[in-house]
Amino acid sequence: MNLDYNIVIGGKAGQGLQTISDALSKLFLRGGYEVFTSQDYMSRVRGGHNFFMIRVSDRPVSAQKPKIDLLIALDQETIDLHWPDLEPEAFVFYDGESIHLSREDKRLVSIPWDQIASTIGGNTIFANTIAVGACCGLLNFDLGLLAGLLQEAFAKKDPKIVETNLKCAKAGYELTKNLKSRITIQSGKTSGKMYINGSEAIGLGAIASGVKFYSGYPMTPSTGILNYLAGKSDEFGIVVEQAEDEIAAINFVAGASFAGVRAMTATSGGGFCLMTEGVSLIGCIETPAVLVLGQRPGPSTGLPTRTEQGDLEFALSAGQGEFPRFIFAPRTPEDAFYLTQKAFNLADKYQVLSIIMSDQHLADSGWTLAKFDPDKIKIERYLLNEQELAGLKEYRRYDLSETGVSPRTIPGASRHLVIADSDEHDRQGHITEDLHWREEIVKKRLVKYKYMQEEISLPIKYGDNAAETVLIGWGSTYGAMKEAVDLLNAKNRKVAMLHFNELWPLPVEYLSRELSKYDNIVAVENNATAQFMRIISGQTGILSTHKILRFNGQPFYPQLIVDLFQKEVITYGDR
Amino acid sequence: MVTAKDFTGEESAWCPGCGNFGILTALQKALAELNLEPQQVLLVSGIGQASKLPHYARGHVFNGLHGRAIPPAIAAKLVNHELNVIITDGDGGTYGEGGNHFIHALRRNPDITLIVHNNQVYGLTKGQASPTTDQGVVTKIQAHGVPVPAFNPLAVAIALNASFVARGFVGEPEHLKNLIKEGIQHKGLSLIDVLQPCVSFNKINTYQWYRQRAYKLPGDYDPKNKAGAMEKANEWGDHIPLGVLYLNPRLVYEEQIPVLKNGPLVKQKIDTSKIVKVLEEFC
Ligand SMILES: Cc1ncc(C[n+]2csc(CCOP(=O)(O)OP(=O)(O)O)c2C)c(N)n1
Ligand code: SF4
Ligand SMILES: [Mg+2]
Repeated sequence: MNLDYNIVIGGKAGQGLQTISDALSKLFLRGGYEVFTSQDYMSRVRGGHNFFMIRVSDRPVSAQKPKIDLLIALDQETIDLHWPDLEPEAFVFYDGESIHLSREDKRLVSIPWDQIASTIGGNTIFANTIAVGACCGLLNFDLGLLAGLLQEAFAKKDPKIVETNLKCAKAGYELTKNLKSRITIQSGKTSGKMYINGSEAIGLGAIASGVKFYSGYPMTPSTGILNYLAGKSDEFGIVVEQAEDEIAAINFVAGASFAGVRAMTATSGGGFCLMTEGVSLIGCIETPAVLVLGQRPGPSTGLPTRTEQGDLEFALSAGQGEFPRFIFAPRTPEDAFYLTQKAFNLADKYQVLSIIMSDQHLADSGWTLAKFDPDKIKIERYLLNEQELAGLKEYRRYDLSETGVSPRTIPGASRHLVIADSDEHDRQGHITEDLHWREEIVKKRLVKYKYMQEEISLPIKYGDNAAETVLIGWGSTYGAMKEAVDLLNAKNRKVAMLHFNELWPLPVEYLSRELSKYDNIVAVENNATAQFMRIISGQTGILSTHKILRFNGQPFYPQLIVDLFQKEVITYGDR
Repeated sequence: MVTAKDFTGEESAWCPGCGNFGILTALQKALAELNLEPQQVLLVSGIGQASKLPHYARGHVFNGLHGRAIPPAIAAKLVNHELNVIITDGDGGTYGEGGNHFIHALRRNPDITLIVHNNQVYGLTKGQASPTTDQGVVTKIQAHGVPVPAFNPLAVAIALNASFVARGFVGEPEHLKNLIKEGIQHKGLSLIDVLQPCVSFNKINTYQWYRQRAYKLPGDYDPKNKAGAMEKANEWGDHIPLGVLYLNPRLVYEEQIPVLKNGPLVKQKIDTSKIVKVLEEFC
């Protein structure tokens, strides 16, 4: 990797950090670079310490790195907190008029952006643009691309705003262009890639899958999906219903799906608690639905704006009784886009709930990724067609079949009546207490598992072919783990990784075979107890030898995994 | 010609003499007289004795969770507003377990008929107090009498500017049938709270008890007068008014959703070709 540059923008909530971060991320994307932008913010609307971290590279990146090359500090706290992480050749941009520092250091560069903004634009609101311009000046990054961005953002509102912003950007640029930066980032040809976060990707994936009904109750970090779909509802003909609570949300989804359209909800742990009876309802009435569980650290309200992989076992067991479900865990937004369609198609095929496990890290981080290909999306509904319906003398919604999947139609599609009941029900769907039949219908629901398991794609295997140690992970840890494997193998640690994005039903036979090849089995999870490993152990009888866990609310980064690996896995003799 | 017989369903498991039979009959007749076919009707319920009704009638059925009849009913209406959506649920389910949905359904005003079998008791779980059990009534659980005043669903509905608020009584079958017909024809949420004797667990609010107190609102009663309606809603005890207490025609929920102007959601073509354009927003 030639270019690997890390910019942190820090300050209080409400200071416009996101605006600066979005502008810079898009600029680098358009200049032909890869970025990975993560955010760390406190659960408050104003104040606190918040920061965005933009990692710019000429190779794909999908994880943070801790060392900082450029710190854009909108308050003093940002400088104090991030000071230890500054590279020796780093720069810190701050407004020396409002921040009075006692320390002296050649890395500190005061840019009085409030004053400049007031002089040029008559308003400190333009200070953020000066910061962006200063960043471009330092890196020698062409301002032409910024002009384009500003044009798109403000031209419709007021061309004068574009002009003032450009003047401000140039002022910032001039102040920093002669600084000796470790690196210059010249804008090149655009890569044709896109810049997107996990929430938007799941929303887009749902749209591409033909979702027609979405219901949710706001809860970080799932709210991004609600926001995204609400913004697109008119354009794509989607009913987006903000429910009175999560119980309503999932019951809305069950009703909408029963009535015939693809339906989805998203929530986080607390909301999912309220949804569990609905999860079981969907299992009982065999009505397809998709549920996105955006995880954040629990228990209870926990850390609302931070990340964790702490709800997997809960998702697996949520809801009374025994019934099958799918669980997916996208690695990146690109993966999320395509997995969302798989979740919908398989939910329809097996008439079950598909749960997509996301987390704050996936939901809020921005990636540069190959542009999604909508042509790869196929919508498969598995409903009886007109001829089949016309040919049916009598329709029984819950007829037995080899695969456990019964013929499905919807109210109004034909003269046949459609019955669904949360009580145990007969073939037609009517309430029954026939205990012999009860056994039959339980078996019918559960036999689906066998076929569902065959739909699951195996994990990605990456790293050393002759590995002695395997790292096992799932979901949003992919980027950090993959890079960590490279770093470890560069030190000849003989490491491979198995990384899962389709978790349940678990590919048990494959795992039993594969895991027996390694001396060390290391669970790498963003939680405190290695939940996925425990599930694997329960199914295969194979235990992990080591665990690398992080549960402080922040995601892994590659070097951290390497450091923990040295500590946990490498014995003293090896060191 | 459709007849009430066309709405005959499974054999019932209700106690002989239960007030639920009267509601079932009134509903079957109302549907037939409105010349609706079973395929045009979606019956939604939760869990309880009242909630078993959909199985004993004929139509599409969504018999969901206890207290959760309203959300799937609204969703089904949003997805296919050509269906006649009718909820039949208990007082416990609607006013207790599902109280939040009740409140917000009244605010939304979807074109749904909500028939609440108000037996002032939890029937299926054998006789505990429900939100509408009168203060002081002794039950196995409330051995010293229910300590708090009863929930007044009609007053709450009127306070929330519900569009159709009515009370029926199983002992007035013709009147009840007509109320249900009116409710189905009304555009918007029609709340029909039905006095329904539970012969097994409510030994106080019997047929006779209701008959002695219930009276039909006079012909010159003005249901559009909110203050008057509120006064009637608060009448309980010696005199219990029957009929449409409050009428407040207002915008129907599904008609305010722009997407539904193009016809029922379920019939709309899925066109994802515009995705290509949307992808540009991320470049
Ligand atoms: C979540 C949940 N809690 C409790 C129950 C048990 N339960 C079933 S019906 C019912 C009360 C029924 O009362 P009501 O709604 O008035 O109906 P009725 O039987 O009187 O017609 C209760 C508490 C349940 N099925 N689900
Ligand atoms: S318990 Fe009461 S409400 Fe239930 S069927 Fe018997 S009489 Fe009717
Ligand atoms: Mg009751």
